[in-house]
Amino acid sequence: MDMSIALILGQDGITNGAIYALLALALVLVFAVTRVIFIQQGEFVAYGALTLAMMQSGALPATVWLLVVMGVLVTALDGAKALKAGQGRRAAAVAGWNLAYPLALAGLLSVLPANTLPLALQVILTLAIVVPMGPMMYRLMYQPIASAPVLILLIVSVALHITMVGLGLLFFGAEGQRTPAFSDASFELGPLMVTGQTIWVLVVSVLLIVALYQFFERTLYGKALRATAINRVGAQLMGISPALAGKLTFFLAAFIGALSGVLIAPITTIYYDTGFLIGLKGFVAAIIGGLASYPLAALGALVVGLLEAFASFWASAYKEVIVFTLIIPVLLWRSLTSRHVEEEE
Amino acid sequence: MRTDRLALGAFLALLLLVPAILSPYYVTLLNYIGLYAMVALGLVLLTGVGGLTSFGQAAFVGLGAYTTAALTTATDLPSWIAWVGASPWLTLVAGLILTAVVAVLIGSLTLKLSGHFLPLGTIAWGISLYFLFGTMASLGGHTGISGIPAISLFGWTLDDGGEIYYLIWAFLLVAMLTTHNLLDSREGRAIRALKGGRVMAEAMGVDTGRARMIIFVIAALLACASGWLYAHMQRFVNPTPFGVHIGIEYLFMAVVGGAGYVWGAIVGAGVITVLKQWLQDWLPSILGASGNFEMIVFGILMVLVLHRAREGLWPILKKLVPMRAIHKTIDAGAEPLPRRTLPKAGELILEAKDVTRKFGGLIANNNMSLEVRAGEILALIGPNGAGKSTMFNQISGVDTPTSGEVLFLGKPVAGHDSREIARLGMSRTFQHVKLLPTMTVLENVAIGAHLRSGKGVLSSAWRLDRAEEARILKEAAAQIERVGLTEHMYEEAGSLALGQQRILEIARALCADPCLLLLDEPAAGLRFKEKEALGDLLKKLRSEGMATLIVEHDMDFVMNLVDRVVVMEFGQKIAEGLPDEIQQNPAVLEAYLGGVE
Repeated sequence: MDMSIALILGQDGITNGAIYALLALALVLVFAVTRVIFIQQGEFVAYGALTLAMMQSGALPATVWLLVVMGVLVTALDGAKALKAGQGRRAAAVAGWNLAYPLALAGLLSVLPANTLPLALQVILTLAIVVPMGPMMYRLMYQPIASAPVLILLIVSVALHITMVGLGLLFFGAEGQRTPAFSDASFELGPLMVTGQTIWVLVVSVLLIVALYQFFERTLYGKALRATAINRVGAQLMGISPALAGKLTFFLAAFIGALSGVLIAPITTIYYDTGFLIGLKGFVAAIIGGLASYPLAALGALVVGLLEAFASFWASAYKEVIVFTLIIPVLLWRSLTSRHVEEEE
Repeated sequence: MRTDRLALGAFLALLLLVPAILSPYYVTLLNYIGLYAMVALGLVLLTGVGGLTSFGQAAFVGLGAYTTAALTTATDLPSWIAWVGASPWLTLVAGLILTAVVAVLIGSLTLKLSGHFLPLGTIAWGISLYFLFGTMASLGGHTGISGIPAISLFGWTLDDGGEIYYLIWAFLLVAMLTTHNLLDSREGRAIRALKGGRVMAEAMGVDTGRARMIIFVIAALLACASGWLYAHMQRFVNPTPFGVHIGIEYLFMAVVGGAGYVWGAIVGAGVITVLKQWLQDWLPSILGASGNFEMIVFGILMVLVLHRAREGLWPILKKLVPMRAIHKTIDAGAEPLPRRTLPKAGELILEAKDVTRKFGGLIANNNMSLEVRAGEILALIGPNGAGKSTMFNQISGVDTPTSGEVLFLGKPVAGHDSREIARLGMSRTFQHVKLLPTMTVLENVAIGAHLRSGKGVLSSAWRLDRAEEARILKEAAAQIERVGLTEHMYEEAGSLALGQQRILEIARALCADPCLLLLDEPAAGLRFKEKEALGDLLKKLRSEGMATLIVEHDMDFVMNLVDRVVVMEFGQKIAEGLPDEIQQNPAVLEAYLGGVE
């Protein structure tokens, strides 16, 4: 291997690592606030990428119908409850967000010539379809059993993961998709050719991390989420609704997932089931951070990205094996440093 | 004839007849159900009983299948291993050994950590192994290995679906029987304590880390045996049936069938397998595309089961066959368990010296010292938040002091494991009762005798432990009688009133035959008569030479019972002496009643 190959691999590794870092942050956030291990994060990545690809191909993205169905279910549950309690205005709000919005979006997409719109608008429409599924999923699948043991929540996540993969096959077919790059520009940096898409990925990742930091440090809702992560009961007693915290967390996680998908779709071919492996690499990073530390998880993500890039050069057939075996030394270290028996919930 | 035996007999007779009356299609279906149920059975033990889970069971199935496939078909193996390939029975042993080694390795990496690291670790391991199977040329890559020989048994070659059927179901029934036996034993009680009772079990001397490892290895071995049978049934293996998604399906079988029940494994495997066949026939034509669409239905079904019937289908089916509850019998003639020699009255049992425990800036215990002698009851009292329970945790090994020393029978024990301290003869109750609510009072108390008995997993599985089990149950029953709970012996512990649950904890502690008893608020929630009875019991124990350290808020109860009192406030000792002196002590009065100015 010479210097230029090493630089190219390093660039690949850092680009992928940035995506894994975003996913790892979302995983840590979701686990801390809701105790849900968010296995289906990867599906949000695939849904984001493939919804954009489908829109660009001139078809109406099938994911919008999933949004409509989920919205109907949420409206049926929450709307009925609000009506029974005589809260007419609340019922209207529920119906507005969960019924009118998805239907309006579906109507808009069926009349708009979405494939001729500028890319930025397409991305916004993609996010508008995929992201609201996050809070709706929390409402339908997790909120009724929010106090269940971690193990049960994990099994629900796995069940939703395979459901989403199955639906992904139905919506998008078995063909892989790749979307055009955000920009065709490229820069020479010494011996290295940096593509515009790499810059996009890095800049957006950094901006998103800074924005999240600001959100958690500066805003009331961010602080509410942090409080819930530290002490669920205490936060609830201070008036922070666990349901709201859960929905907000899933909104952020779905946003990060779908945006990651849109960002990497030009770099790598995405299939309906690609998301699982991408999400799991975010997991490896999150486990390096012990499912608790954001900076360690982000650092872990860069390690995973670089390891993957170099492994694909030296032993490409064993690339996945090497990446997933990485968690063994991490678990060993954590295992050796832990003491005393803890009670599981 | 009991209806449950009748139902079981009918089920077995039906199983025996199946190949004669059903078409090969259904025999094949039942073969698969049997194979899957064996894997699901491992998950019942791991998930439903032990509160852990694994998505990597398919990888263990693959390990069993590939071990036998590679060894029985290869022609160029080095001679030190080639002889194993001569018979599938030898490769079964080889596969089981390999699986046990791998399971112990994965287990030792993840089992010490919180429960969710095991499933995450097994997902990663499942993916790694799947890709290894698919990429290693010597294992046939994605095309797999064919030409695997059939199993022969006493000269009978099982090369037909209807023949291997009997072997598969024999394996499964033996596995179910041994699992059932195991759960109803000393080791079984330790395993059942893993879900929600680890701190308590450790305090009773159970090595819960080891118990977790045991069930993880058993689950892996069951999966491996299933893989071995699969390879010799199909006579061909490739990586597809061993991927992570199949591992997830196995977990679904266990959960849908009823993860807490041995029979749930068969129910779940049956339902999912039949449903999968049916959906795979119908869904592609309904949806107009081909693919694994049954996964969509399985996923939603799974969420619904977890929302609506978390116990799975078996408890619902079980109600269809009326059954009488069968009580364990207590064998009055069983030999008593061995007892330890109690120290002589007045001998120093426990000595805490300058124990300090800080949580960040908060000093919960500050330079606390106390001593307890044999044949004496010492009360540790103080207002709420004085640090009494923290002090208990330092002494009993649940927590480690920041500084200071705890000597028990002259040995330093601060920072040692609770179970090590329990073995020395200290036994405790908990302020917030820790018992296993769905187990009977008798079984809960029997956990206390864990360290006074020693039969292991294999003896339990094959019922070689019955003599010892009778001794344990006799001891447990005796302790229950001693504390006055005999009429509740066969009730679920969770159905008792809180006061009775506290008394149950005392019986459990006594079942360990301790020389020091730590009681955390034993009289809370008791009625007057019950308090009197408890006081009499503790006095009797004292006269037998027992040392007792008691935390209690009920002053009448304490002052009429104990020999000496230590008073704590804000983590420090503010007074020590006889009950009468303490009642007059101005510092104590101020702590309890506020200053008199």
